[in-house]
Amino acid sequence: MAISQRMARAILLAPAGLWYAVLLVLPLIVVLVYSFGERGAAGGYAPAFTLAQYANLGARWTAFQNTLLLAPAGTLAALLIAYPLAYFLALRVSARWRTTLLVLVIVPFWTSILIRSYAWIFLLGGRGIPQLLSDLGLGDLRLINTPFAVLLGIVYGYLPLMVFPIYVSLEKLDKRLLEAAGDLGAPPWRSFLQITLPLSLPGVATGSMLVFILLMGEYLIPQMLGGGKVFFVGNALVDLFLQSRNWAFGSALAVTLVAIMLVTVTLYMRFLKRIGAARDDVGLM
Amino acid sequence: MKKDETPITRQKFIEELHRYRKGSVTRRHFLGVTGLGTAMAVLGGALPMLRPGPALAGDIGDRVILATWPNYHDVANFDLFRDQTGAAVQVNVFGSNEEMLAKLQAGGSGWDLFVPTNYTLTTYVEADLIEPLDLSKLPNYDAAAFEARFAEAGTVGGKLYAVPKNWGTTGMAWDSGKAKAPFTSWKEFFDVTRTDFSGRTIVHDYQLTTIGSALKYFGYSFNSVDPAELAEAEKLLIEVKPHLFAITSDYQPPMRNGDAWLTMCWTGEGKQLNRDLPEIRFALGKEGGEIWSDYYAIPKNAPHRDAAYALLNFLIDPQVNTREALAHGFPVADARVNAQLPAELLNDPILHPAAELLNALEFGAAATLTDPNRAELMARFKSA
Repeated sequence: MAISQRMARAILLAPAGLWYAVLLVLPLIVVLVYSFGERGAAGGYAPAFTLAQYANLGARWTAFQNTLLLAPAGTLAALLIAYPLAYFLALRVSARWRTTLLVLVIVPFWTSILIRSYAWIFLLGGRGIPQLLSDLGLGDLRLINTPFAVLLGIVYGYLPLMVFPIYVSLEKLDKRLLEAAGDLGAPPWRSFLQITLPLSLPGVATGSMLVFILLMGEYLIPQMLGGGKVFFVGNALVDLFLQSRNWAFGSALAVTLVAIMLVTVTLYMRFLKRIGAARDDVGLM
Repeated sequence: MKKDETPITRQKFIEELHRYRKGSVTRRHFLGVTGLGTAMAVLGGALPMLRPGPALAGDIGDRVILATWPNYHDVANFDLFRDQTGAAVQVNVFGSNEEMLAKLQAGGSGWDLFVPTNYTLTTYVEADLIEPLDLSKLPNYDAAAFEARFAEAGTVGGKLYAVPKNWGTTGMAWDSGKAKAPFTSWKEFFDVTRTDFSGRTIVHDYQLTTIGSALKYFGYSFNSVDPAELAEAEKLLIEVKPHLFAITSDYQPPMRNGDAWLTMCWTGEGKQLNRDLPEIRFALGKEGGEIWSDYYAIPKNAPHRDAAYALLNFLIDPQVNTREALAHGFPVADARVNAQLPAELLNDPILHPAAELLNALEFGAAATLTDPNRAELMARFKSA
């Protein structure tokens, strides 16, 4: 009985395990091995054991800087925009309208991000919003190919991924808690801070992680709205593999990005756990 | 025909259909094995509208994948090719030879025909990435029609690997309404970018021309791989970077809508811009710069090789190529085409610059493509 149960578990886990082993673990090992190698004579990879690639990481400092600045900024901006929207959808909209409005949040996903980013190229280009502003006498503004354009693009692109987790956690909220708080004399801001916000934190955490991790690896939006000037690590990586063909250095860059992400995400999880623990100590939950 | 006589089982049919869809068998094999070929022939005889077009007669498949450069073809020609052969042309557009080389080196590019530039061909042959052309499949090719300097790079080790498409130069195009004086040199290109044109200049996302032109600023060779000279070029590029509008090889849209005022520019595109917007002018740097010749070549393991030869033969047909040239404006090395082009195109100062300007230009060198320092310099410049 025990054996067959173990067998069943193995069989059930095999597809996912195989998937991860072949498509995640193995490639990661390859990348790790390559990162200690050298660039081939005509490009590509040549076996070696050297730390030269890691020593050269400073040459991509600006790309790291852009990524480490714009990914958290984009996550924060998305959070600040998404939270009120999710709150409105979960707690303020009548059930009749809720589904329609939720669908409207997903609608952008029906079109490829590539096409939507192209639309932004025209909106932010000289004949778009800047033209409108200058016609209104608001001066000569340049938007396209700036860090602001990239920030706008990533917030626009990833907003729905932030809205949904927060919406789900707010939607599950037991509204009797809010009524009780009101009965006991808590003003609305206090019941929000002490009940709604803490109970929606899991959604905030999930949404932020989802958006942050994707932003750290972002390539397309900086490429299209940054004009090749606002580089993320993702862009530097693509360049190393598809233009300068330095697979060894590209691998070192990739390993470093993965390491930075692991550290950041671990710290963030720990931080959230501590908040949760603090909350338990106060006896709120 | 034996297979046609025995009815195929349902399961076998589905298997064959899968194999055909995946591309592991040809259409002819599929039609033959499944009996659909006979069925179609019978039906086609009875119903004229089902009669197979030339496509099925030629049997080259339903698609062909072409990797090429932006704004480099007459799209109507692709439609014509599809109507004549049944094979739709899928176009992949690239911004640099490095990008093309990287895709082919990585394997599985899926291309049938691509457009490399003169200086890359020896590298492709050495890396065993392209195949010698089978001239029996290219009746439209006439070696005698091509000017030697634009055709010679196609022959490597005595074998013909590539046939010339177009040649041209790399200069600069600018909006004359915004410039105080016409541009004449790469020195002005980079100096004005740092002053009057700040935020309005585009350099190519292409190390050959971007680094090459920066080298020309100092009067060095366009092809230099000398570390000290490259260091100077890098310093210039990094200084200029905050003043750039973009680093891209697709510079026409921002030039046309007025976002950018100055760009590094390939001849034919300079002609296209000037034709549509006469205020956009084109000039070569008087210090020199690049002269180039593009070729058609077929990668090893092209998935639709027959279609690749058919498309190549179609595109080098003088009539078709004349329409191509009229659409994209790049000079043609084929005398048969030039004989049909209007005189004003052949005497155009953008397309056919004065001899003394042309003499200052250099063809790209194989070492320029593969030099690791130039590659890394460009990548560093972009992520700076």
